[in-house]
Amino acid sequence: MEADAAKLIGAGLASIALVGAGVGIGTIFGNYLQGALRNPSAAPSQFANLLLGFALAEATGLFGLVVALIILFVF
Amino acid sequence: MHQFEIKRLIDLDVFGFDASFTNSAMFMVIAAALITLFTVIAMRKGSLVPGRLQSVAEMSYEFVASMVRDNVGTDGMKYFPFIFTLFMFVLALNMLGMVPYSFTVTSHIIVTFALAAFIFIAVTIIGFWKHGIKFLKFFVPSGVPFVMLPLLVVIEVISYLTRPVSLSVRLFANMMAGHTMLKVFGSFVVALGLLGGWAALAFMVAFTGLELLVAFLQAYVFAILTCIYLNDALHMHH
Repeated sequence: MEADAAKLIGAGLASIALVGAGVGIGTIFGNYLQGALRNPSAAPSQFANLLLGFALAEATGLFGLVVALIILFVF
Repeated sequence: MHQFEIKRLIDLDVFGFDASFTNSAMFMVIAAALITLFTVIAMRKGSLVPGRLQSVAEMSYEFVASMVRDNVGTDGMKYFPFIFTLFMFVLALNMLGMVPYSFTVTSHIIVTFALAAFIFIAVTIIGFWKHGIKFLKFFVPSGVPFVMLPLLVVIEVISYLTRPVSLSVRLFANMMAGHTMLKVFGSFVVALGLLGGWAALAFMVAFTGLELLVAFLQAYVFAILTCIYLNDALHMHH
């Protein structure tokens, strides 16, 4: 296989990281909604934790992007 | 891409090292000046009943202060000035990057890595200074079978060493990916023209709102993770 083709395949494979980020963000918001509907009075106090979890989960997907960019442009 | 390019504004050569004043450095100076101006002007009167600007300054102070108090505890309040400076600096850099034709300093990994490496080294020194050689117990999780220890200690050490990398890459990747996405959708608007560009433009507006949220969130996450690392070093409950 040519190196360029392998590079493109590798970059595409690196975008599978989005699966994990999607699952993570969905779990966070789904569970927050579930908890908020069960106990609405406690929901606002946990909003900061929700955003923190969202940002942490989103970042894992972006690590995949960084790997893809490294494969494409550094090697 | 053009928006990520570093340009030399004033050429400077210090003992063979390239220490030119770049647009990156200029935006850092602007951010520091803006924060200083904001806090000084807002708290100039220092009235008991705060005005609009003063209450914004007090809110940002209280926001970071409660973050440090909740995550590090009251004995961590002596590190509050550092956390506050860090939060305001990263927030100002992220927000300045959202201004059109400006430069996003935090979209360069070397800047965020320097910040994260400084935090990592400082936190490790604080841990050893506070607990002495006992700080190494931080890497030994309690309540695990003795046979598992060699494996777990290695995992703990590796996860500790990846902290500066994950901290810096998180901020850098978020800012770079966000600005790249805006650029891609901006080119869609131009490519689709008057007929179809409206849908892409609507997306652009929504994404700009999301990017403003991300710019704030990442500054918050950067500061809160610093608090958590500091808490680990000060109290090391494992």
